Amino acid sequence: MRNKETLVQWILAIVALSAIAVLALIIIFIFKEGSPIIARLGLTKFITGTKWSPTKGMFGIFPMILGSIQVTLGALLIGVPIGLATAIFLAEMAPPRTSRILKSAIQLLAGIPSVVFGFIGLVILVPFIRQWLGGPGFSVLAAAIVLGIMILPTIVSVCYDVLKAVPPAYREGMLALGATRWQAIKMVVLPAARPGIIASVILGMGRAIGETMAVIMVAGNATKIPVSPLEPVRTLTSNVALEMGYAIGEHREALFATGIVLFIIIALLNTLARIVARPEKV
Amino acid sequence: MTETEAVSGRGTREDNNRGIPASGSTTKISARNFSFFYGEHCALRDVSLEIRRNQLFTIMGPSGSGKTTFLRALNRLGNLIPNTRHEGSLKIDGVDVYGKGVDVAELRRRVGMVFALPVALPMSIFSNVAHGPRMQGVRHPKELEEIVEKALRDAILWDEVKDRLSDNASRLSGGQLQRLSIARVLALEPEIILLDEPTSGLDPISTLRIEELLWELVERYTIVLVTHNPLQAARIDSKTAFFLMGELIETGSAYDIFTRPKDKRTEDYVSGKYG
Ligand SMILES: Nc1ncnc2c1ncn2[C@@H]1O[C@H](COP(=O)(O)OP(=O)(O)OP(=O)(O)O)[C@@H](O)[C@H]1O
Ligand SMILES: [Mg+2]
Repeated sequence: MRNKETLVQWILAIVALSAIAVLALIIIFIFKEGSPIIARLGLTKFITGTKWSPTKGMFGIFPMILGSIQVTLGALLIGVPIGLATAIFLAEMAPPRTSRILKSAIQLLAGIPSVVFGFIGLVILVPFIRQWLGGPGFSVLAAAIVLGIMILPTIVSVCYDVLKAVPPAYREGMLALGATRWQAIKMVVLPAARPGIIASVILGMGRAIGETMAVIMVAGNATKIPVSPLEPVRTLTSNVALEMGYAIGEHREALFATGIVLFIIIALLNTLARIVARPEKV
Repeated sequence: MTETEAVSGRGTREDNNRGIPASGSTTKISARNFSFFYGEHCALRDVSLEIRRNQLFTIMGPSGSGKTTFLRALNRLGNLIPNTRHEGSLKIDGVDVYGKGVDVAELRRRVGMVFALPVALPMSIFSNVAHGPRMQGVRHPKELEEIVEKALRDAILWDEVKDRLSDNASRLSGGQLQRLSIARVLALEPEIILLDEPTSGLDPISTLRIEELLWELVERYTIVLVTHNPLQAARIDSKTAFFLMGELIETGSAYDIFTRPKDKRTEDYVSGKYG
């Protein structure tokens, strides 16, 4: 019995360690391939350089950093309120049957390949923006909307589960104090669910910042800094995906270096989110 | 000493009229053939009773007899549960609780409830108590502080928590939480207070203090207390109703219920044959 338990512990430890080891190897590989060029150009120049022109040996990824941030923030701005509102409706207000049907419909969204989202964005959203809002249509806005819809299933289902996990006694306790249903949701249910809601935002953010295919199809991919949401933009992931196929030498190194920056940004965002997610003292 | 002797030794409160004439106009709560169903299950059957203004009214009965169901019918928390329905009428101040046009939030402010399992709302001790008044629009910090202190004092919790009002309420012990729930309801200044086994997590001394407290509060409120414990009903010694399997078996002063029950089942219960 005792031996069996130690055996299980060892197996679990080995599995866990190998997963961590694989991750570590990937990170080491990316850093090994990408860091020489950062060392040669200087980190500041690489990050703040505004010109990306591999044929002329100019590797500034500032436009792409900005692009990734804009597109991701835009997606969150669209996806989080809609997703949270939907989750609140489904968890707190809709009759159980309606709630079940709608929830599975939304989960279906998660199963649609990203290229399909990109395609719909390309044939409907891009022309629409071009015609009604101006610009080429391929834009920050198009990418943000497509991503915003793509992160909905994540936000809705995580928020839904979190809201459902709030003890019913909180809700009843508030109602018994004469709170309206909305007051109960606003004052206890949402605060109690806050860490989980923020977790859903982190997950959505991870999805948005990492998504490549759909973004490439609607964002326009120009390597200059977009000054309005209607202008085309290139994200860090798009940059790697678009050019990795033919890049050699310094150019290839610069793409790996892009990967390093992406990695660091995601790590920073996660840390930030974790700080924000700390349960607040009332 | 048997329970019966304990009761007969007092008896001063048996009528609990408190100087108010027992005329119809002082009826606070009245149930007429009230039944309540969870789906097909009938949890209350044809209950008819009257509770007067500023009366302490004890509902006693074994587990599952419908005591909580009755309390939750009074503030309409019961029909939050899907597939529930009721029959008959339930009136507060002559107005049907289930009538059209009743503002449920307003009703629940007038009818405060202390749950059997006390809840700490996920906020500080202070906010737990201040929350109700805040929702009613009390904003002034000084005023809120006064309300909170008074409610906590009334609930005999003040001395234990006065130095840690900003702590999260979930850190309180079970018995403290129970008194916090009482304070929370007192802060609302309701007309009726419903207490569902408010002393189940308390030691005998705190229990006695709460029971004494009820007799003070009843000067200002109408109180409906639920207990499964005949001993407690005897100690509190107020107007008492005995529920069994969803039916109201009989009502009367504790003295009558314990010394000369009209129904055999009541006699069995108070003499500890079941429950
Ligand atoms: N939410 C519910 N759904 C279905 N049946 C319920 C529900 N709540 C209570 N009941 C049933 O109604 C009956 C009365 O329950 P109630 O909670 O009113 O009893 P009680 O007298 O308060 O008991 P206790 O002393 O154990 O608290 C029980 O048979 C119970 O199973
Ligand atoms: Mg009960």
